[in-house]
Amino acid sequence: MNRIDKCFKELKLRNETGFIPFLTACDPTPSAAADIIVDLDKRGADVIELGFPYSDPIADGPVIQASYNRVLANGITTATIFDMVKEVRKRSEIPIVAMVSYSIVYRYGYKKFIEAAQNIGIDGATIPDLPVEEADKIFDIAKKNDFKIVCFVAPTTTDNRLDIITTRSEGFLYYIAVVGITGTRKALPEDLDENIKKLKNRTQCPVAVGFGVSTPEQANTVGKIADGVIVGSAIVKEIEKNKDLPVNSLINNLGSFTEKLIHGAKGQS
Amino acid sequence: METVSDKTNLNDQEIIEYPDKMGRFGKFGGKFVPETLMPALDELENAYLEAKDDPEFNREFEYYLGEYVGRPSPLYFAERLTKKLNGPKIYLKREDLNHTGAHKINNTIGQVLLAIRMGKKRIIAETGAGQHGVATATAAAMFGLDCDVYMGEEDMRRQKLNVFRMRLLGTTVIPVKTGSRTLKDATNEALRDWMSSVRNTHYIIGSVVGPHPYPVMIRNFQKVIGEETKVQLMKKEQRLPDCIIACVGGGSNSIGIYYPFLKDKDVRLIGVESGGFGDKVGEHAATLSKGRPGVLHGSMSYVLQDGEGQTDIVHSISAGLDYPGVGPEHSYLKDIGRVEYVSVTDDEAIKAFQVCAHSEGIIPALESSHALAYLMKVGPTIDKDKVVVVCLSGTGDKDSFEVARKTGQEI
Repeated sequence: MNRIDKCFKELKLRNETGFIPFLTACDPTPSAAADIIVDLDKRGADVIELGFPYSDPIADGPVIQASYNRVLANGITTATIFDMVKEVRKRSEIPIVAMVSYSIVYRYGYKKFIEAAQNIGIDGATIPDLPVEEADKIFDIAKKNDFKIVCFVAPTTTDNRLDIITTRSEGFLYYIAVVGITGTRKALPEDLDENIKKLKNRTQCPVAVGFGVSTPEQANTVGKIADGVIVGSAIVKEIEKNKDLPVNSLINNLGSFTEKLIHGAKGQS
Repeated sequence: METVSDKTNLNDQEIIEYPDKMGRFGKFGGKFVPETLMPALDELENAYLEAKDDPEFNREFEYYLGEYVGRPSPLYFAERLTKKLNGPKIYLKREDLNHTGAHKINNTIGQVLLAIRMGKKRIIAETGAGQHGVATATAAAMFGLDCDVYMGEEDMRRQKLNVFRMRLLGTTVIPVKTGSRTLKDATNEALRDWMSSVRNTHYIIGSVVGPHPYPVMIRNFQKVIGEETKVQLMKKEQRLPDCIIACVGGGSNSIGIYYPFLKDKDVRLIGVESGGFGDKVGEHAATLSKGRPGVLHGSMSYVLQDGEGQTDIVHSISAGLDYPGVGPEHSYLKDIGRVEYVSVTDDEAIKAFQVCAHSEGIIPALESSHALAYLMKVGPTIDKDKVVVVCLSGTGDKDSFEVARKTGQEI
């Protein structure tokens, strides 16, 4: 069974909310990034969302943009990222979902990308600039390779589109909490609870929620209604803050920061 | 691979029927944007499809093009330039004489009318040279809508005059400090703004780029350039032109003048890109001549990017051509062989800028100067009984500072 499906199945049995940290691939370096993933696995993260750096990300705010630029300036390529994941797979079985722009997937060749990613141990992908209408061929190849294409639902998504998206998405559904780009927000939107309930009524697929979730308190609120909580910018910012420290200190500081979010999401004190 | 046979197989239907329902011109176009924006694109598409067949909308659009923009723009016989090149008869389509000094306003009037129909209260736009920014600010001012324009810091330096004009018109110009601080980055920021503001804001893209329905909608707002040209030349010469030359950045003035001639297969269509100062990455912005198919800013088209799918740094002396992408319809027209795409250098464009000013008393935009530069290259090789039309897409007043700087003069 695909690691993502297995993970959400087990979470459900334990009646537990999943925690999904977003990490920019190879930030700050490939070896530190591999260590971070292994450490977050030990601390109770359930799935890793691994952001492939892109020069022109439309859905990302300043924190993730800066991390992409940092990593690209270090000469990180898709091949480097695949090598890093290989390293992780020697030490961890945590499910990994790539967050990758269609520009990168198309240039690599989508068939080749999915086969290579699956082969080195990436379990699925979410492609933010590829709406379901454009994704038929990708879904076909992904299905053949047991590779999960995770689709987005936004607060602006209409009922018509919701029907198509919920039937296509695999692994989980990524609910975008806010109308906007990634980044921290002071407060969660008021209609979040209602929107997630509406979505969950329409699908058996687990629903994970991201965008604008950055504190343990927010993670806790979201964790009560969703199957998974995704935190990106807050974690990437913590890496940025600690990136010049020795790797051990970086990992420890990030680890204790993330643990609070994990406990928040899972309602543990 | 496209083969030569594609060229001969090109029939009227192919051109009339594209794009398809998915917004595809052959394999190009489509919608490659985050889910958050998809419903807004559907809303825009529906509003546009409804408006385009509504006589009231068209009457209103034509009214403003005539009474406010000042159309039709003249098709001017450039007698001294013709003599100087000792080649074909040269006509200039004077889009520089439109209100605000470029063709951009044809599109912004159309889109503001559409935004009002959709009940949107706020307008955003990206701008490179500032001509689209000024045209958007103008239309927003006239119809009383709030307007914010994103502009790269490098372009704000190069195009100071237009920045001030936008401010005079009541628009907020938001400096973009990311990436190369030019048009590509301004487009990113405008799209990010739209991700948050999509419920009450309409994004007016300035060229035939972006996700469906923008490329087809903007082409239709700009095709008035070619329609007028056809009628005007018929009156003056009782014939079609032999050749039409236009500059191509995103490609809105060029598609606007080409479109009504696409089926007239004897009319040679030439698109001129910015060759900058060299062939290496970062030295030019010749997307169709030197790029490859890929995805940028919501559509599949030719793009300048590396082997990893990361967008290349580009360069052009002209802020309006300084862009690593191009409209999907152009990519299609290149692949089927209907339009020839070439490039000229920064220096050739500056030379043409000066020649046009001296011989015709017209200061052309640096963008349009690329089309003129190619005319000056090929003009002397074309027979004297032929007729060539160059789209003079905008005025060069805005470029005075940059040309002075490049030629070592002080203003």
